[in-house]
Amino acid sequence: MVKEIERAGIPVVHMCTVTPISMTVGANRIVPTIAIPHPLGNPALTMEEEKAIRRKLVERALEALTTEVEDQTIFEV
Amino acid sequence: MSYKVVHYINQFFANIGGEEMAHVAPELRDGFVGPGMALNTAWKGEAEIVKTIVCGDSYFAEHEADAKKQVLDWVKAEKPDMFIAGPAFNAGRYGYACATIANAVQEELGIPVLTGMYEENPGADLKNKVLIVATANSAAGMRKAAPTMAKLALKLMKGEKIGASAEEGYMPNGIRRNFFEKEVGAKRAVDMLVAKLSDKPYTTEYPMPSFDRVAPNKAIKDLSKATIALCTSGGIVPKGNPDHIESSSASHYGEYCIAGVDDLTAETYETAHGGYDPVYANADADRVLPVDVLREMEKEGKIGKLHDFFYTTVGNGTSVANAKGFAAEYAQKLLKAGVHAVIMTST
Repeated sequence: MVKEIERAGIPVVHMCTVTPISMTVGANRIVPTIAIPHPLGNPALTMEEEKAIRRKLVERALEALTTEVEDQTIFEV
Repeated sequence: MSYKVVHYINQFFANIGGEEMAHVAPELRDGFVGPGMALNTAWKGEAEIVKTIVCGDSYFAEHEADAKKQVLDWVKAEKPDMFIAGPAFNAGRYGYACATIANAVQEELGIPVLTGMYEENPGADLKNKVLIVATANSAAGMRKAAPTMAKLALKLMKGEKIGASAEEGYMPNGIRRNFFEKEVGAKRAVDMLVAKLSDKPYTTEYPMPSFDRVAPNKAIKDLSKATIALCTSGGIVPKGNPDHIESSSASHYGEYCIAGVDDLTAETYETAHGGYDPVYANADADRVLPVDVLREMEKEGKIGKLHDFFYTTVGNGTSVANAKGFAAEYAQKLLKAGVHAVIMTST
């Protein structure tokens, strides 16, 4: 799906946990996330801590969207 | 009473000549010619080639309509039980002619057909329409191709059910046929692994699809003016899954309005995805679709706008073709709505 959005001309970042899959399938901007059942959360933490992490991850994703890339790039947090 | 077969071959296999004779118009000959002998021999009298049609590869390519008409007229007059073309191995024009003429005979005369060629032959593009036996890439493969084709042809003439492509030797044509393996999967898997580790050849039982690449789009220059849209394969939907997106093998995607929504809660949203433990997403869907933080960033002016709609489907077991179709469609909606960038989340 990420590739179709890219194909339509819209820059897109893929936030996902199993980044090797994203690489194989061909996403260009990738941000690794926390876990499969909660990519942008962590139930082991408090709601505030979770939100803070979520914010950090999304900020990285936005950074990826503002960074020129030539090739597939993983933007670690 | 043996089955009657009409065989189509090119100028080279008819021994007329090579490239310099590729222009010859179709000729009708009695009995078998060239490789037809191998087919006849394999049939041991149960079937025989009654007529052979020889046609120059360039002639077919340059006068397709005429060639087709002539061949179809001859085949129609003969009323055979089967029409076989080739095998063409890696000869491109020949392979194209074989597949095309076989398809025409099948469609217009309703006669069962079979052809054979190398997988990369351009004629193989028709493998989902015409049964094509996979052969080696040169005529050196005739001693294997002819018996394989003869055997499959006889089955077709007798009206017997044909097996899977791997069993019968034809190119996979999209039709699934089940069969029992002789050895259990565990043994086959270990054998394959041992072969792989010892750098010995092995054949995969499931070829991976090849994924194309799309060049990355230009980065956003100014986030504070950009409209960002959220999409997900994590199956986040309004509580109650109003459009019944399937928990596996999704047949459609959902488009939902989040205008005025600051936060996804357990009362208002849930996940439809059946491939991961839904507890966390159901308790707080922001853990999969981060509406809450993007809304905050929008209020702070860090991003221009969080798009009013998000697009969701369930990635679990959903085919590449379907997923591609969904995204191609909603990408156009995003474009029309003036969205500048997308964040896609996956579980």
